[in-house]
Amino acid sequence: MDELFDGYQAQPSTYDEMFDGAQVRPGYLGVRRQMERLSSDEVRLRADYLSHTYLDQGVTFDIGGEERPFPLDIVPRLIEAETWAHVESGVAQRVRALEAFLADIYGEGQAFLDGVIPRRVVTSSPHYLRVASGIQPPAGVRVHVAGIDLIRGADGEFRVLEDNVRIPSGVSYVMTNRRAMSAALPEVFAHHRIRPVSQYPAKLLAALRACAPSGVADPVVVVLSPGAYNPAYFEHALLARLMGTRLVEGRDLMAQRGSVMVRTTDGPRPVHVIYRRVDDDFLDPVHFRRDSVLGVPGLLNAARGGNVTIANAVGNGVADDKLVYTYLPDLIRYYLEEDPILPNVDTWRLEDPSHREEVLDRLDELVVKPVNGAGGKGIVIGPRATKPELDVLRQKLIDDPRGWIAQPVVQLSTVPTLIGNRMAPRHVDLRPFAVNSGDKVWVLPGGLTRVALPEGELIVNSSQGGGSKDTWILASDGNREPVEAQPATGGHALHPAGGARSSRGGGAHAVTAQGQAQSTAVDLQSNEGSAPC
Amino acid sequence: MLSRIAEALFWIGRYIERIECTARILDVYLQLLVEDPVIDQETTCRSILAAMGVQHEGEADQATVLRLLLHDRSSPHSIAYAVEAARENARRSREVVSAEVWEAINTTYNSVISGRLARSRPADAFRLSLERANMVSALADNTQSHDDGWQFIVLGRHIERVDMTSRLILTRTYATGSASTWQITLRACGAAHAFTRTYRAIESPRAAVEFLLLDRLFPRSVAYSLGEVARCLEELDPRQRRIGFGGDAARIIGQARARMDYLSLTELLADLPAEMGVLQQVCADASNAVAKRYFEGAVAPEWLGGAL
Repeated sequence: MDELFDGYQAQPSTYDEMFDGAQVRPGYLGVRRQMERLSSDEVRLRADYLSHTYLDQGVTFDIGGEERPFPLDIVPRLIEAETWAHVESGVAQRVRALEAFLADIYGEGQAFLDGVIPRRVVTSSPHYLRVASGIQPPAGVRVHVAGIDLIRGADGEFRVLEDNVRIPSGVSYVMTNRRAMSAALPEVFAHHRIRPVSQYPAKLLAALRACAPSGVADPVVVVLSPGAYNPAYFEHALLARLMGTRLVEGRDLMAQRGSVMVRTTDGPRPVHVIYRRVDDDFLDPVHFRRDSVLGVPGLLNAARGGNVTIANAVGNGVADDKLVYTYLPDLIRYYLEEDPILPNVDTWRLEDPSHREEVLDRLDELVVKPVNGAGGKGIVIGPRATKPELDVLRQKLIDDPRGWIAQPVVQLSTVPTLIGNRMAPRHVDLRPFAVNSGDKVWVLPGGLTRVALPEGELIVNSSQGGGSKDTWILASDGNREPVEAQPATGGHALHPAGGARSSRGGGAHAVTAQGQAQSTAVDLQSNEGSAPC
Repeated sequence: MLSRIAEALFWIGRYIERIECTARILDVYLQLLVEDPVIDQETTCRSILAAMGVQHEGEADQATVLRLLLHDRSSPHSIAYAVEAARENARRSREVVSAEVWEAINTTYNSVISGRLARSRPADAFRLSLERANMVSALADNTQSHDDGWQFIVLGRHIERVDMTSRLILTRTYATGSASTWQITLRACGAAHAFTRTYRAIESPRAAVEFLLLDRLFPRSVAYSLGEVARCLEELDPRQRRIGFGGDAARIIGQARARMDYLSLTELLADLPAEMGVLQQVCADASNAVAKRYFEGAVAPEWLGGAL
C-alpha cells in the first residue's frame, strides 16, 4: 500500500520544511512515522473531524457576510527549539525597537534630528496621527500586542515580511488549532513534547492590567469589538471569554468627564483598559470619522487625560507602514544598539529615484505592494501579471511613489498539506504573537502558520483562500514547564452505589472486580427491602 | 451585565422554550391526524395554526402546518426560525454563554440550515428539536453561574412557557370536543404522565385544566411558571421596598398570579378562551416591561439624577 508521503515532490528552489530532497528532516521523523501508521482513509477521517469540529464550535470568519470555517490542515508544522529561540529573540527585539520608534516620533523626534529616518517618511504616512503626539501611555507601552509576519526563503532563514502593531488578529486560531489537533491526532501529539499555547489569554490580561492608568488598584479590562458582523468577531469573543472580561461594542461605552464607563443593567461602571479591535479611524468620532457608529465619542480625550488605556495605542499604524518597514534594521541599530536578529526581505523604496528606475525596469519579476495594504489586497506579483496589468501598475507607481514598495518574489517555504487524499507542498508563512507588558516582551511559543491552499499560491491570507496549520514548537530541556500531578492515593472513593440497581448484573462486563464490589453493595441495599412500587 | 447581553440571553431563553413547546404541539397533533379516522383534517390544522397565532389564508393541510411551524426559516412561527434566532442571540453574547451552550445551539443551527428538519420524518424532526432544546436548557442550568445573566435566560424561558401553555389550552376549545381531547392537550404539554400520577386515569376536563393552570409542583403549569418568573424578577431587582414591588414586570406578573390563585376554578372555566387571552397579554406586557427596565434603559434613571 502507498504510504501517505510517497510521491511527495518538494518544489525546486523552495525550502520544504519537512523534506530535504527525498530525506525527511530530523525534526519531522516522528510526524512521518506516526502519521504513516494510520491508513489514508483514517487520515482523511481525522481531517474531516477537523473541519466539522470547527463548524460545530463556530470557529469561523466572515467573508461578505457569510460565515466560513477556517480550514485547518492535518499536518502540523514543527519548529525546533533552537530555531524558535532565534525567532523568539528576533521578534522581541523587533517589538522593542518599534516601541522605541513610536515613543520617539510621538515625542521628541530624535531619530529625525540624527538623520536615521527622514521626517517626511513618517509624517506622510496616513497612519501618523498628530492627535497621538504628546500622549504618555501608561507603563510606556503602545504595542501591547504585535504580530510579526515571517517567511522562510530558499535558504531556510526566517525573514520579516511585515510588522503588525495595530490590531493583529489570528491568535484565536492558534489556540483552537491546538485543541482540535490534539483531539484529531493524539498519537502524533503524544509523541512530541510541544510547548503549550493556552497561557496566552492570561499573559494578555496580565499585560493589559500592567498597563492600566496609574493609581487604579483593580483595573477593569474590556474587549472592544465592532460587533458580530466583523470578520474577526469569533476571535474577539474568544479572547473576552478566556480572559473573563466583557466584550463591548462602541454603544456600550460612554466617555464622561474624562473617564470611560460601560453601560450595564446596574448603571454605568468604570473601565480602565480597552483592548480595542476597532481601527483608529472608527474609534472616536470626535477626532476621526464623524460618521463612525462603532466608536465612543470622547474616548481619545479620556486617554489623553490618562484615565483610560487604549491597547494598542492610537497612531501605531505608522510603525507598520511598509515604507517605514524598510528603515527598521537601521532603527534597531539606532535605538537598541544591537544588530537585527531577523533580517528584512530586500525591499526597494519607490520614493528613491534610483530604486524607482530599477523597479520600473524589472516590474515583471518583482512583487509590488501598497504600503498601507492589509490582507493581501492590492499586491501585484510581477511574473504572474499580464502586460496591461503591469502598464496600469507602472502608471500608479509613477503617480504615487510614496504609496508602494517592491520586493523580489520570495518563494515561501512549503510544508506537506493534505489535498484530497495526497500530500502536496503548499506555501506557508508564520505570524508569531508578542505581548508587551512594559517590563517584558513575551512571545507566544507557536504563532499562526497560514497556508495558501491553491497550488503555487503565494498569498496566504484567509480572505484569499488561505487555511492554517497548528504550529508546534518543540520543547528543549531548558523550557520544561513543571507539571503537577495529583497523587494517586489519598482521594476519597466514590460513594457506593445507592438507589435501586439490577442485582442480576449488567452482562459480561460486570465480572470485573469493580462490578463485583458494586453488586455486593446492591445486595446490602436490597436486604433493607425497598418495596416495589 | 450589559443591557445588550441581558436582552440576548432573555431571547435565548424564550426561543429555546419556543422550540420545545412547538415540537411538542406538532408531535401530538400530527400523530392525532394519523390515528383518528374521523378527525376533520382541515379544522384541526386550522386550529393548530390559529393557536400559534399564524395568519394563514387558503388551504390548511398537514404539509402547510409542517412548513409554517417546522421547517420554513422565513416563517416567524417555525422551529427553524426560532433556532436561527436563538443562535444569532447566542452569537452576540458568546463570551457570556458557556462554550457548551454555544456549541449545542450552533450544531443545532448547522443541522437546521442544512435542511435536516425538512428532510427527516416529522417524528424525528420533533424529537431532534425537543432533545436539542432540553439539552441547551440543561447545559445553561448546569454549566453557567446562576448570576443575573442566567436569571434572564430562565425569565425568558418561563414567560414563553406561560404563553405557550395558554395557547395549548386554547387548541382544546377549537377541537371537536370528544372526551379524550383533554388527554391530547395534556400530552402536548408533556403533562400526561404527571397528571395521571396525580389524578389517576380519570377523564375529567375540569381536573385537566386545574392541573395545567394551577398545579404548583408540575413545572410546565401556568402557576408554576408564573412563580418562576416572579422569582427571577425578584432576584434581578432585590431591593426591598415598603410599598409595592420592584418594577412594572413584577407588578404585572403578581396580578396574574393573584388572579390564578384566587379565582375559583368555576370562574376560570366560565370563559376559558378569554382567560387564556388575558394570560397571553400578561406575557406580552411583562416582556415589554422587562425590555423597558433592563434592555432599552441602558442607563438606569437613578444615575442620571446623581450625576447632574
